[in-house]
Amino acid sequence: MIPDIGHYALMIALIVATLQAVLPLAGLSSNNKKLFAFATPMARLQSLLIIIAFIILDYSFYINDFSILYVANTSNSNLPIIFRLAAIWGGHEGSILFWVTILAVWTLAVTFFAKELPLRFRSTLIAVMGLITVGFLLFILMTSNPFERLAFIPIDGRDLNPLLQDPGMVFHPPLLYMGYVGFSVAFAFAIAALLDGRLDVTWARWTRPWTTAAWVFLTLGIALGSRWAYYELGWGGWWFWDAVENASFMPWLIGTALIHSLAVTEKRDAFKSWTVLLSICAFSLSLLGTFIVRSGVLTSVHAFATDPSRGLFILVFLALVIGGALLLFALRAPTIGLGEKFDLLSRESLLLSNNVVLFTATGAVLLGTLYPLVIDAMGLGKISVGPPYFDVVFVAIMVPGIFLMGVGPIARWKKATVPELAGKLKWALAISIVSALLVPSVMGKLSLMIFVGLLMAFWVMSSVWVSVNTRLQAIPTGTLREKISSFGPAFNGMLLAHFGLAVFIVGVTMVKGYEQESDLVMKKGETKLINGYAFRFEGIKPLRGANYVAKQGQFYVSKDGQPVTLLTPEKRLYLAQRAVMTEASISVNPVRDIYVSLGEELEGEQKDTWSVRVYFKPFVQWIWLGCLLMGFGGILTMVDKRYRLTKVVK
Amino acid sequence: MKSRHKRIAIIVAGIALLAIAATLLLQSFQSNLVFFFSPTEVIQGKSPNQGNFRVGGLVVEGSVKRDGTKVAFQITDTANSMNVIFTGILPDLFKEGKGVVAQGTQGADGVFVADQVLAKHDENYMPPEAADALEKAQQYNANKAAGEDK
Repeated sequence: MIPDIGHYALMIALIVATLQAVLPLAGLSSNNKKLFAFATPMARLQSLLIIIAFIILDYSFYINDFSILYVANTSNSNLPIIFRLAAIWGGHEGSILFWVTILAVWTLAVTFFAKELPLRFRSTLIAVMGLITVGFLLFILMTSNPFERLAFIPIDGRDLNPLLQDPGMVFHPPLLYMGYVGFSVAFAFAIAALLDGRLDVTWARWTRPWTTAAWVFLTLGIALGSRWAYYELGWGGWWFWDAVENASFMPWLIGTALIHSLAVTEKRDAFKSWTVLLSICAFSLSLLGTFIVRSGVLTSVHAFATDPSRGLFILVFLALVIGGALLLFALRAPTIGLGEKFDLLSRESLLLSNNVVLFTATGAVLLGTLYPLVIDAMGLGKISVGPPYFDVVFVAIMVPGIFLMGVGPIARWKKATVPELAGKLKWALAISIVSALLVPSVMGKLSLMIFVGLLMAFWVMSSVWVSVNTRLQAIPTGTLREKISSFGPAFNGMLLAHFGLAVFIVGVTMVKGYEQESDLVMKKGETKLINGYAFRFEGIKPLRGANYVAKQGQFYVSKDGQPVTLLTPEKRLYLAQRAVMTEASISVNPVRDIYVSLGEELEGEQKDTWSVRVYFKPFVQWIWLGCLLMGFGGILTMVDKRYRLTKVVK
Repeated sequence: MKSRHKRIAIIVAGIALLAIAATLLLQSFQSNLVFFFSPTEVIQGKSPNQGNFRVGGLVVEGSVKRDGTKVAFQITDTANSMNVIFTGILPDLFKEGKGVVAQGTQGADGVFVADQVLAKHDENYMPPEAADALEKAQQYNANKAAGEDK
């Protein structure tokens, strides 16, 4: 009974969302203001219905209602409550319902926080979001109903994929989806502006915090996913250039370009058409990401759908949204205009170069991600693109971009000069080069990649310092504290995010350059010395979890006779699916991680002999610390008073 | 006029730079493409003699032999099978009789030296490449049977 209510709620939501989309748009074309009034109430009603449906699904998981096919497939009565939360979005149907629920949350936020927008523009904006909702609701009701019932109720569920039974998986999908779907707001802003034929500085000011919010969520979501891969997949990798990862990374890259381009549009009234195009691209890539991940063209922990009608639906939807948006752009962009002019060397031109770099990088990732899919779809064989392609090409493209990142915040708007910039930055460059040579000499190994990586990191750090210093000198009076608080959160947030990227680069460079990996065979009682650390293997303890049994290895780690830590990697057998899982054990520290995974028990030899993998990962935590700082930087820029909407006369 | 010349020069330089970047990008792309072959195709000599490629199919029952961290096993597409060696720790879902994909190079002795072994995240899931290899082998077996009939 209760699941049927969820199903009906979705059907009614579809009707309401259709009204939400159609009525205001009809009002726009017929200039009938009365129709605009429908936008907000319809949007709220529709969002409420979707949220009710989602809560009903949550409840079904809570009470283990295995009469629902989806619950029976992804949950189990022994699954701990916290992981049932992950199970809600752990499969195809639930994750699409979750997608549209997040869209409902964003829609609600727009109806509440965008009250100050002119009625006509706000209604158009909400109508565009309604169109997207209609598309996804149709998808759910036609191909992926999460409330589908089973005629014969199974005694127990099939359980959630053990890989996803992790606290990280409770938070990773919501953050990522908030990011993905958040770009729908920027997209709706852009489409509404095109329909309205109006795009000015105020438009950019309205859009900025929304876009930054989406970007922050996406940043944190990707970072969390990467960290999950690091400790849960068991083999120490944090980024694989897997198509699924690329699918979330491409909207991030374009989103990064977009928040920079929006800054120029807002401050200088320039780059207008470009900003609109980027808004369209960011959301299109989010949709493409959903398609790639959810359609079953990929095979990984993320791919659920094997039903071709789903893939076809998403493909058609994708073509309609992207094609329609680009067509509208082509027709209407000339009315928006290019905006203010600027000099060849200026902050605008540097930000434009940054945009070109990010756009090119996205293109390179897109090529490597889609090419194998296209070749496969055309029946020309199965190929894969090796990670070295992404590593080399991505770094090569990003290096000039990161160099410019140091110069941009220091250059003047409209017109900058080379001598002025060189004067400000020469010491930063000198310090960066010296430090990039000094660190490898301490670590005892230098390569081109290490040098370039460290150079970029120190360059960004020292240029952040130069930015602060330049600002400080511009303010003649006051204490240091007063001066810094007078910068405003937007400026500080920008610097914090840039600094975060530098921290991230340090992490990547150090791990790539200095990580060590050893595969060992260890007998009980044996001690092995690796990298200056002694590992004593004290055998295996049996262990019982809620829904698994495990063998837990006991490794005493010491250095120079001093105990460091006890590491307890596990080999788990999840009972419902009879699946074996490797649980790594990691000793975390700001400058290095020690990471131990159990391989398998070796037969034929003495008892208690195992293959073991040990990693040393210097500075690996800096990767995620850097992402966290970027996220906080983004949050800081959002709270800046400049973006509080002031009442606009209607 | 002078500033216009300067502008044109910069635009030309920019385009040249982009062209070079695009060429390098595509070159790197091409050299990193990894192709997939079934054991039958490898035996027919369709796979490259040098460089990386992927082989997929099922792990032959009883073929897995371990020596410390060195593992030898056979991959079959039911029509043909080939020897593979790998040093390191195999993924959790690597099992005899289950689907597997290996990436590496083929030595002069015909043994495939894998530097990566991929099994799937989900027990019930066949890697599509392995499924593809089995399908091709079915075709091959059918053709062979038809040939013998004549």
